[in-house]
Amino acid sequence: MATLELRDIRKSYVAHEVIKGVNLDVADRDFVVFVGPSGCGKSTLLRMIAGLEEITSGELLIDGKRVNEVGPADRGLAMVFQSYALYPHMTVRQNMGFALRMAGIAKAERERKVAEAARILQLEPYLDRRPKELSGGQRQRVAIGRAIVRNPRIFLFDEPLSNLDASLRGQMRIELARLHQELDATMVYVTHDQVEAMTLASKIVVLQAGKVEQIGSPLELYHHPANLFVAGFIGSPRMNFLEARILGADGGGVRVALRSGAEIVVPAAMGGAQAGGTATLGIRPESLRPDPEGPIAGEVRLAERLGGLTLLHVTLAGGEPLVVQIEGGDRTGAREPIRLAVDGAACHIFDESGQALPALERHPLAA
Amino acid sequence: MSSTAIAPPAAPAAQDRSRTRSTLPLIAPSVGVLLLWMIVPLVMTLWFSFQRYNLLNPEVGGFAGFENYEFLVTDPDFWASLTNTLVLVGSVLVITVVFGTLLAVLFDQPFPGQGIARVLAISPFFVMPTVSALVWKNLMMHPIYGVLGVLARAVGMEPVDWFAEYPMAAIIIIVSWQWLPFALLILLTAVQSLDHEQKEAARMDGAGPVAQFFFITLPHLGRAISVVVMIETIFLLTVFAEIFVTTSGGPGNATTNLAFLIYARALLQFDVGGGSAGGVVAIILANIVAFFLVRSIARRLEV
Repeated sequence: MATLELRDIRKSYVAHEVIKGVNLDVADRDFVVFVGPSGCGKSTLLRMIAGLEEITSGELLIDGKRVNEVGPADRGLAMVFQSYALYPHMTVRQNMGFALRMAGIAKAERERKVAEAARILQLEPYLDRRPKELSGGQRQRVAIGRAIVRNPRIFLFDEPLSNLDASLRGQMRIELARLHQELDATMVYVTHDQVEAMTLASKIVVLQAGKVEQIGSPLELYHHPANLFVAGFIGSPRMNFLEARILGADGGGVRVALRSGAEIVVPAAMGGAQAGGTATLGIRPESLRPDPEGPIAGEVRLAERLGGLTLLHVTLAGGEPLVVQIEGGDRTGAREPIRLAVDGAACHIFDESGQALPALERHPLAA
Repeated sequence: MSSTAIAPPAAPAAQDRSRTRSTLPLIAPSVGVLLLWMIVPLVMTLWFSFQRYNLLNPEVGGFAGFENYEFLVTDPDFWASLTNTLVLVGSVLVITVVFGTLLAVLFDQPFPGQGIARVLAISPFFVMPTVSALVWKNLMMHPIYGVLGVLARAVGMEPVDWFAEYPMAAIIIIVSWQWLPFALLILLTAVQSLDHEQKEAARMDGAGPVAQFFFITLPHLGRAISVVVMIETIFLLTVFAEIFVTTSGGPGNATTNLAFLIYARALLQFDVGGGSAGGVVAIILANIVAFFLVRSIARRLEV
């Protein structure tokens, strides 16, 4: 059992507040991922949980006990650093056993735990090498092994895969997911890579400028982003944002008009928005499809062919840019006129303050 | 269209040869000067060491064979000077490395006035040896006017006449004071290059400040310490000015090191042959030390 609670956690450097009141509940065996652009405070928040940064105000509770004043080694946490932070003059065995040695655990017991971690991570052949003689992925595994041997209540990861190349990153991502299952551990993970966030997390925390924008499961954030920032941050390629005017609402949802005059009905409630007011219509590139009868007209400026799928960069009649994701087999090319259709249910409306209008129905996968 | 623009590649060997030929005249002057600069004194020293050559007795000359060397190694002063040299080098190395490491760790911590404190700590290195030795001799260690004497009297103790009672300790203090900044400078940059995340990882692993120092900082400083040891050894083998202006090798031969012994032979007793023999011994010793040091350090640097 290991739960983590953050109660209005704040962090200031002199007069500059970098974490502006974060509340979060992490249940046992959760895999929580902090995502956000650089400088949003996600690493600082993790370091505050680890005890490496002081908490200016608020409460941090592990298993229900306040640990604000407890030192990093005594919180029962283990951290995997971005640079791995392996001790270069120690062998893999010594690196992994260091924490146990500091804790004064007998040599035989130490050896047993290191061997167990090495088995889980398939590091057995490398135990007597130094970090320098290992590849990036192996060093990464040693760093994780160093965390495992401590048998921590919570694992903390600070952008652990950002130093690996793309293929290795994919491999380690799967490995981490497997470890999470195998160890039944609570994990907190920081990344700026939304693919890592989407694939690993049971709960994503989207941060911007020290504030939580939204907390939810990956598909919840994807299908029901709370605001423009989350909508733009989650999903690749990025969601398209089009200027729109709210015409009114009825039982089927909210009717909006684009600048070109095309009208779309989105199954959402009016919330705080007013008829006649301006709004932003969000459409994911994957929910648009070419349709000769479609209401949205434009011209293809560029076709990015990725093989399996193609990204069309379209300029609408009003001059607004739009990205459309279509089948890789589609022949539509640059400088061709195109008409697009969209399913209103896949669209999002954001009011003038950037907040999403509440959807009438939750997506089945994001319940 | 542009294929004709590519010149056929010259054979590499031919290219190398022509390159050597064309650059040789350019580097020849400096190489020549350096060679003369090194070879001429070396050959002359070797030559003199096998000659009967005493300025007080110019009549006696000619080839001496190994007489000068024999005279040198049977002279108790020579063995005393060797011991003194080793004691001086060893003590100063230990003092500068130990205190340099501790100071480097201390100066790595942020505290108000850090910049000024660093400059002050490093400044002794920029004082020339003669001056610093004179300052220590007259301002610090003089039993009557010296600061240490005044302090001793202030607490009711008998002032210590350093150069009479503890001459070697006094020299070691002066030389250490001069070389500590050098060790500090090198070790401080090494401490600062320690990966911050490594220290944090150690903190997470439960290592306290002392354990962090011994398990993380000190191994990280290994290379820097060997560099300090190597460079200081080379310079400390030839300490001269500090001895010359304070004790002149005395009392007796208590502070005579090899460099001072050679000076005394050649320029106080006017025995050029004997002095040269001492010089040759010093060259051999320095090379033996350098060989072992460079080898062991080169091995360290590889890791």
